[in-house]
Amino acid sequence: MSNENVKTGLEAYNAKVAKAIARFPERGNLPEQRLYTPLDVEKTDYGTDIGFPGQYPFTRGVQPTMYRGRFWTMRMYAGFSTAEESNKRYRYLIESGATGLSCAFDLPTQIGYDSDDAISEGEVGKVGVAIDSLADMEILFDKIDLGKVSTSMTINAPASVLLAMYIAVGEKQGVSADKLKGTIQNDILKEYAARGTYIFPPKPSMRLITNIFEYCSQSVPNWNTISISGYHIREAGSTAAQEIAFTIADGIAYVEAAIKAGLNVDDFAGRLSFFWNAHNNVLEEVSKFRASRRLWAKVMKERFGATNPKSWMLRVHTQTAGSMLTAQQPENNIVRVALQTAAAVMGGTQSLHTNSKDEALALPTEDSVRIALRTQQIVAYESGLADVIDPLAGSYYVEALTNKIEEEAQNYIKKIDDLGGAVNAIEQGYIQKEIQDSAYKWQMDVEKGAKTIVGVNKFQIEEKPVEGLLKVDASVGELQKKKLADLRAKRDNAAVEKALAALKKACQDEHANLMPVILEAVKTYATLGEICGVMREVFGEYQAHVSL
Amino acid sequence: MEKRVRVLVAKPGLDGHDRGAKVVARGLRDAGFEVIYTGLRQTPEQIVGAAVDEDVNVVALSLLSGAHNHLFPRIVELLKEKGLSEALVIGGGVIPDSDIPSLKAAGVSEVFTPGTPISSIVEFINANVK
Repeated sequence: MSNENVKTGLEAYNAKVAKAIARFPERGNLPEQRLYTPLDVEKTDYGTDIGFPGQYPFTRGVQPTMYRGRFWTMRMYAGFSTAEESNKRYRYLIESGATGLSCAFDLPTQIGYDSDDAISEGEVGKVGVAIDSLADMEILFDKIDLGKVSTSMTINAPASVLLAMYIAVGEKQGVSADKLKGTIQNDILKEYAARGTYIFPPKPSMRLITNIFEYCSQSVPNWNTISISGYHIREAGSTAAQEIAFTIADGIAYVEAAIKAGLNVDDFAGRLSFFWNAHNNVLEEVSKFRASRRLWAKVMKERFGATNPKSWMLRVHTQTAGSMLTAQQPENNIVRVALQTAAAVMGGTQSLHTNSKDEALALPTEDSVRIALRTQQIVAYESGLADVIDPLAGSYYVEALTNKIEEEAQNYIKKIDDLGGAVNAIEQGYIQKEIQDSAYKWQMDVEKGAKTIVGVNKFQIEEKPVEGLLKVDASVGELQKKKLADLRAKRDNAAVEKALAALKKACQDEHANLMPVILEAVKTYATLGEICGVMREVFGEYQAHVSL
Repeated sequence: MEKRVRVLVAKPGLDGHDRGAKVVARGLRDAGFEVIYTGLRQTPEQIVGAAVDEDVNVVALSLLSGAHNHLFPRIVELLKEKGLSEALVIGGGVIPDSDIPSLKAAGVSEVFTPGTPISSIVEFINANVK
């Protein structure tokens, strides 16, 4: 049928259904069109806009084989209490078929404080595992072969310290740094904009990040040096297009900083990775994944002149949307997570964490984590969704929406460029304000009933109290304090002092790469708080832009 | 004209999740309250200091890290010490039902868990503020 005929047909269809549609205003007024046709993808060219998997612009996926080679990495984010407890959970996950580890650290660790710091009171071991020194890290990976497992660490401001500890544990196991596989999040810009675990101001933070890029390109070549994260931006309330726009803008800032520091784009760009949220609207999410790959490929090739195809690929880890879990009728969350998993898989993710049903209430129990992991396995082995590469390509709706999200994201990136780039846009509060406005709109839509959340503002029941939630033992803080006191008594304190003095000197010399000195300090069992303390002293601390 | 109710929305502890705090702060402002938001990483002492300086009627605490059992009671205690025992203290975040009775016994008037509409918080403040 020619497009002319489709147009005539569509007009006839619209006239015919107009009356029927008018009877259902709530369904009629959705932002999407009712029906998509070839007219919506008239300008989309298979060769330039879609292409083949593993080929520029990677709309259909970064690998040529995708899940017809191997499935995505099933990587469950976990960690709580002490290194001993978390080590048990990791080994349980590996025995259950998880194919990668993902470490959650407690807030003191993420913000560079030791467990015995006054500010850590009440927070030790709560949202993740407490790591104070190399000694804890050795316990965390006890009986886990770092030569075999790939490990992702959600650590940002002190990323270099935790990476150094991981390298040191590898050395002790006899695994050299060039054999280590994994990821550090290391994405400070979204901490300022959305997640909140920043320490230092932007300039030294960007230096720490580019130091890592440089060090790893030489010594830890299989390490993903950053996971540029939209996940938390979305959790903070952004839309799908804002999620990829703000994240790619952050990515542009990192690439610019590294080039400015003298690195060659193709030497580090292949190790950059991304982190997306899998939200509730399945087809919008699939389109978002596709749009993000195309957009990043264009940025790397056209804006930065990268020539290695690896530099053009947006490889992505995904987590299902924590903010979409409900405390009401928590069993329903299993279904939400299954749909979000479907979206991530049809979107072509490289690895996935699925949330557990009880996470709007507490950290997950072992049983609920198993259901979340099984959800991935069911999607992988039973659903058929992983059997065909990019199965939704060619859908009029999905292609049109992919185009629309890409265009919206490009417009935001243009705005951020005009503000002087992501660092300036964050310092001016622009990105935070955009996210907050979207979050507020979402909440108002829920309260007005314009948006339905099953079990929350519709289909409610009288709730029974939920039983069997995980409780982190309140004695963790005391336990960590005791471990620290023992460590400080036993270690070679002169060596610690010497290493910290060398670190201070390196921090003051902006041309020095900090990774080797941090690695030396870590090996003396200098604590995370001591190392970050030295850096705080030289670099100062970030003062957040507070706005409503 | 009656003095407007003043609310301090605060983020105690090290938790960086401030979507809820900001949405509630804005919702309360739109409902006609005077709202002050502290920003992240506030110690109990800083929060109580701000409550005194701003002479607030309500202190609304948001925490998703699990440190509520430690931090909320400490803030109530300090408010009393500083002569602000009249202030209505409310909390919200990822807080299991089983922790709520002890928080209430410690002086937190109400705890709002995920899924609470802002209108419920507004009603509660209007009914209970002194």
